[in-house]
Amino acid sequence: MSDILTKESICVVIGASHAGVNLAFSLRKEGWEGSILLFDKDPEIPYHRPPLSKTYLSNEEVNVLKSAESYQKENINLNLGVLVRSINRTDKTIMLSDGTNQAYDKLVLATGARPIIPPISGIETATHLYPLRTAEDVGHIRNAFHTSKNKRVVILGGGYIGLETAASIKKLGGTVTVLERETRILARVTAPEMSDFFMNLHAENGVEVLTDKNVTAINGTNGVNMVICTDESQFEADIIVIGVGIRVNSELANSAGLVIENGILVDETACTNDKDIFAIGDCTFHYNPHYNRHVRLESVQNAVDQAKVAAAAICDKHPVYNTIPWFWSDQYDAKLQMVGLSEGYNETLIRKEESESTKISIWYFKDDILLAVDAINNPKAFVLGTKFIKDGSKIDKSKLVDVSVPLKPDELLFL
Amino acid sequence: MAKITFITTDNKTITLEGTSGSVMQLAVDNSVPGIDGDCGGVCSCATCHVHVAPEHQTKTGEATEIETDMLELNDYANEQSRLCCQIEISDALDGIVLQVAESD
Repeated sequence: MSDILTKESICVVIGASHAGVNLAFSLRKEGWEGSILLFDKDPEIPYHRPPLSKTYLSNEEVNVLKSAESYQKENINLNLGVLVRSINRTDKTIMLSDGTNQAYDKLVLATGARPIIPPISGIETATHLYPLRTAEDVGHIRNAFHTSKNKRVVILGGGYIGLETAASIKKLGGTVTVLERETRILARVTAPEMSDFFMNLHAENGVEVLTDKNVTAINGTNGVNMVICTDESQFEADIIVIGVGIRVNSELANSAGLVIENGILVDETACTNDKDIFAIGDCTFHYNPHYNRHVRLESVQNAVDQAKVAAAAICDKHPVYNTIPWFWSDQYDAKLQMVGLSEGYNETLIRKEESESTKISIWYFKDDILLAVDAINNPKAFVLGTKFIKDGSKIDKSKLVDVSVPLKPDELLFL
Repeated sequence: MAKITFITTDNKTITLEGTSGSVMQLAVDNSVPGIDGDCGGVCSCATCHVHVAPEHQTKTGEATEIETDMLELNDYANEQSRLCCQIEISDALDGIVLQVAESD
């Protein structure tokens, strides 16, 4: 047995969201008998983040990842509201905000990311302007919404956070405008057909989504903001929500001399260039053997799966992170499930099921190789896509777009 | 109050009591092995797959279309399969037995 798997060993985890919490519990499953210390600057008991932009605006109950008793039962030491200042790799210690040091044998960075606040003139002095990343952010938005008379909400950014927030606020009865800088929404992550689908969906639900809107200034008068774009259009906003992307929290890792590229660089076991330091979740730029390259993902799936891999690696097993990424989004009654990475596609095929007009799937190919599937209200397409991508199956494209052919493996593959 | 029994894939029996929320949440809160609930209960990840004992299927009701679609290609799915994030706890569930399904 390795000398690391003793009761005296200490594993310190910085960051207690999906990645950090799952790592702690996975460590116990893998047989780690030593101490597990989780640190997070967020004072809230760790919670699910996806509902924040979806249901949490209307439902105030935080959906916790694990109950407080679970941490006790598994002897996981949860330290909330504590900031980690630095890492000393020579002494193998971290320094906390109160100046005390904590020793570690293994250290895991699950530091996540923070919202980008774009450099717009007047953004610092705008009233009721919030990003959306934490439960506290949503609490601010919810309070501002309930006390606002006119309830006009302007959302900067037509990505998933912005669009999910738009749908949630509309459901509460607000007047919602989404301003997207690109020529279409979700431009970075999906095909034009998907952008069209979501444009229509929001229009049908009474949300104004405007593209080609580059915001240059926010002027505030009497508690109301005026959002001004380069094309001179202006929008009155009682509340502004920022959803223009994230920046990886890599400063701690960087100052400790770990290698940073598009995030903290880790291998297929989530290990950094220091064999005793691992990094998991949104903050990592990790090697994925399926794609034979490094990727950075912002998703629960990646956080949870990397946590499992890192936990196994810390316990001296030899796992490899080789998962096909997947992701979901809920807006109004549309359930979107995505699998694979579409980067590099040169063809998309669209399949609309006969039975329901909102049951759509988009299949991304590079020549004959299926890269990714976006499935709307169609879990069957999602699971089938997952299998095809994993197996590297060759699909008969003419059958795929023929909706009289059922979505089943035997029907769609070349024999 | 409902007593719900989970039988894990290595045949351990865990009986829990719940009053509200989903069966998945109850299992996750009590670290039932094999039930992860990674998506938080929105029927998006299929990591809370259980088999309901046939005599208890009337208590839990049938799987919805989305559940069966999510399990369509799962080697361990059968007619007793449910995603337990979609089973709400109520007194009606008292005494049910759920076998945690193997995962792919």
